[in-house]
Amino acid sequence: MNLTKIAAGLASGLLFGAGLAVAGMTNPNKILNFLDVRGAWDPSLAVVMAVAVPVSALAFRIGRRRARPLLAPSFVLPGRMRVNPALLIGSALFGLGWGLGGYCPGPAVASLSRPSLSLLGFLMAMGLGLLLSSAFRRRSVHDGPATEAAREPSRR
Amino acid sequence: MILATAALPTSFTPIAALAGGGLIGAAILVLFLTLGRIAGVSGIVAMALRPAAPTGERDWRAAFLFGLVAGPLLASALLGKPLVEPSPTSAALLIVAGLAVGIGTGLANGCTSGHGVCGVSRLSPRSLAATAVFMVFGFLSASVLRHLLPA
Repeated sequence: MNLTKIAAGLASGLLFGAGLAVAGMTNPNKILNFLDVRGAWDPSLAVVMAVAVPVSALAFRIGRRRARPLLAPSFVLPGRMRVNPALLIGSALFGLGWGLGGYCPGPAVASLSRPSLSLLGFLMAMGLGLLLSSAFRRRSVHDGPATEAAREPSRR
Repeated sequence: MILATAALPTSFTPIAALAGGGLIGAAILVLFLTLGRIAGVSGIVAMALRPAAPTGERDWRAAFLFGLVAGPLLASALLGKPLVEPSPTSAALLIVAGLAVGIGTGLANGCTSGHGVCGVSRLSPRSLAATAVFMVFGFLSASVLRHLLPA
């Protein structure tokens, strides 16, 4: 059990969770009011992404100039490059679910400090869905997300 | 009964969104520069759920998820107000939504954080495509489908 790695994971998670909450992303109503273009529109989510994306870009820029991360032997980036049917169908399905409940994975997990049967139902179904799709993808030609994440980086 | 109730009205909060977006960006930066990993929550959850994954792969992910839950609590305490709110969607529909989100992000190998923020910031063609698609379908789902369901 590597404590520094756990500390790094924890720090990132705390920042992420706090960020989601401060931004109001742990309020599904704000998400739904963004995705629902009818009625009173709440563009807050657009601002969140407009800020998070450049900061994230900075992270990858800095990373590109380094030989390796601080606490791990190498950077792990998705090896796959091509747009394939699974990506498109999956994204469409994800979007449908997102616009239905106002939850995507991050905010849903981040909302667990206020548990409810509804939220747990969503999360359990989400977990089941992730396991099912992983099993499906492992049986097809491509690698599943697990092997992909553990793969050596193909590029920075 | 299967119902989708209307979302509660919310106001545009640009400053909070800016601050929160910055924190999310910082989280991505920390994870990438320390562990060399992309902060894609669907992937982190997927791997954490697999008992066959090696402990080295699960430990930091479990810690991340713990932080993800604790972060809003800390933020709420510091700001002195509740920040987590429930979804207006019914429990039954939330199960359907959960399945769609789980299967969808599993097939797409990413979600709003992995593709939408990390992938887009790297100008990854896969992520740009994924984000365009899930945004369109998200808008469709909330703007059209939700209104077709009995409320």
